[in-house]
Order: sequence, then C-alpha cells, then structure tokens
Amino acid sequence: MKAAILVFPGINRERDMARALKLISGHEPAMVWHADTSLPDGTDLVVVPGGFSYGDYLRCGAIAARAPIMDAVRDYAAKGGLVLGVCNGFQILCESGLLPGVLMRNARLKFICHDVHLRVERSDTPFTRGYNAGQVIRVPVAHGEGNYEADEETLKRLEGEGRVLYRYCSPEGVVDEAANINGAAHSIAGIVNATGNVLGMMPHPENHVEDIMGCTDGRGLFAGLVAHLDRAAA
Amino acid sequence: MKARVTVTLKSGILDPQGKAIEGALKSLGVDGVSSVRQGKVFDIELAGADPAQAEAALKQAADKLLANTVIENYRVELL
Repeated sequence: MKAAILVFPGINRERDMARALKLISGHEPAMVWHADTSLPDGTDLVVVPGGFSYGDYLRCGAIAARAPIMDAVRDYAAKGGLVLGVCNGFQILCESGLLPGVLMRNARLKFICHDVHLRVERSDTPFTRGYNAGQVIRVPVAHGEGNYEADEETLKRLEGEGRVLYRYCSPEGVVDEAANINGAAHSIAGIVNATGNVLGMMPHPENHVEDIMGCTDGRGLFAGLVAHLDRAAA
Repeated sequence: MKARVTVTLKSGILDPQGKAIEGALKSLGVDGVSSVRQGKVFDIELAGADPAQAEAALKQAADKLLANTVIENYRVELL
C-alpha cells in the first residue's frame, strides 16, 4: 500500500501516521506538501492527518481545505481513490466538501484527550474489513471540535445508506448519551462519502498500533486497507 | 472601499460558546440577558470603487471561505 500523507502548516500527527502505515503496510508513505498540486503516481491511499492546521484559524480545517493539494485530492477521490481523514483531517474533509456535515465545538466545551470505545458498525468496507461488525475497539481521541452535526436529511441519508462506520460506545458496545463523548449527532465518530471511498473519523487509530502503546486495536483499520488493496490488485 | 461581512450561526445550531458566555454574563450580574449567540465579523478593504463588483467579490469570499453555509449565515455590508 503506497500511502501519501498530506502535510499542512500546524499539522502534528503526520509522523505517528507515517509510523503506523510503515509498520503495517511495509511501505514508507510519501509526505505531500499542501502547496503541491499533484499526488505521487500510484498512490493507493491519501491520508489527511490530525493536528491544528493553520492554528484552527477561522474554523477547524477551513483554510487547509482550500489548499492547492486539495484539488488533486478531490480528483483522486472522484476516481474512487481511498482517502482517510483523522481528527483535523476529518474536519478538513468536511470543509472541503468531500464529506457532508461539520465538526462543531464539543458539547461540554472541553478538549477531550483520552481513550474511547468505538463500535464498528459494519465490516464490508475497505475501512473496516479488518474488524467484525459490532466489534468494540479502543482508540484515543484528542479534540476540542469533534461534535459531528449535519441536517436531518443528511443524517437520515447517512444512516439509510449505512455510511456511519464508527460510533462512540461504552466498553460493552452500548451506544448511548453517556458514551457520546462530544455530543455528536447519532454518536457519530466516523462516516464515509456516498461512494464509500472517503472516510473521516475523529479518533486516532494510528496511536493504537504497537504493544508499547498499550493497545493495538487501531491496527485493524490499516490492515483492512492493505487487505482490500491486495484483493483489488489480485 | 470598506466593507463588513458578518457571519452568524443558523438558528437551531447548538452554540456551546454562546451558552458559556451567556452563563458568564449571568454570573457577572448582567441583568436581562436571555440568550447569547457568538458570531464573527470581518472588516475588509477593497481596492476597487464599484459597489456591484465589491458586493460580488464579498459574496464570493463568504461563500468560498468566510462562512460554512452548512451551519452559518452571512451578511455583506458596504460601509
């Protein structure tokens, strides 16, 4: 899997992402500067990492979403290329129009930085095939604006089309208000676009991929992507 | 030419920042505040002198960047 990680000023999770991708796919990902206008040939996955692009000025992800490289990402996604946005990356994908909705300030106004549990809603997608449907995984979050909101019609479409892939839940897998850390509509932690090739999620699977991190639940996402691409190539 | 673009949250969108400010005003003893919604103001200087052109440029600026029209409304004023 040849991955390309986008680098914007103020992004700070690109090294974690590169390490996780190298570890699981065996390939060193390319780092692609925001002012570039094209992605490396043969890119299998574009990753928009977490951080605080442009200091979260204006709105989280708003300025990064208008960077030159994003036109190339839009073309790539329109052709079916896989795109993964994590945390600030999710915010950037929403601001760029690649995903619907918006990430608002956390309902209780606090910056949340701890492990959370996610329920994997289905396993038949490139972004979840490393897991079983209904499986609960533990991954960290670190965000102040992760409260996913969209209009009723959009939420209905996301649910109807099975596009919510990850939801905040209790350790036992119960999705309720108590486990909904940031007040997100329908406890949404991660969604895909209509064609299923662009995922945005607030939690950081790349930070739970090695034993030294205390948990390896995040590996499944990347291992699933590798398996998906291997099968597509075969 | 000077202009001002005001961006406000659409009604029905939860505004936790506004709520926090509202709470702070109440705890300061400022009477009669029933609700606060926080928005943004952009003061912009334009090079040209044609109002129609300026308005079009400001509208473009607001649609493309200054406002996220999923959750925000905006108003353009030439000053």
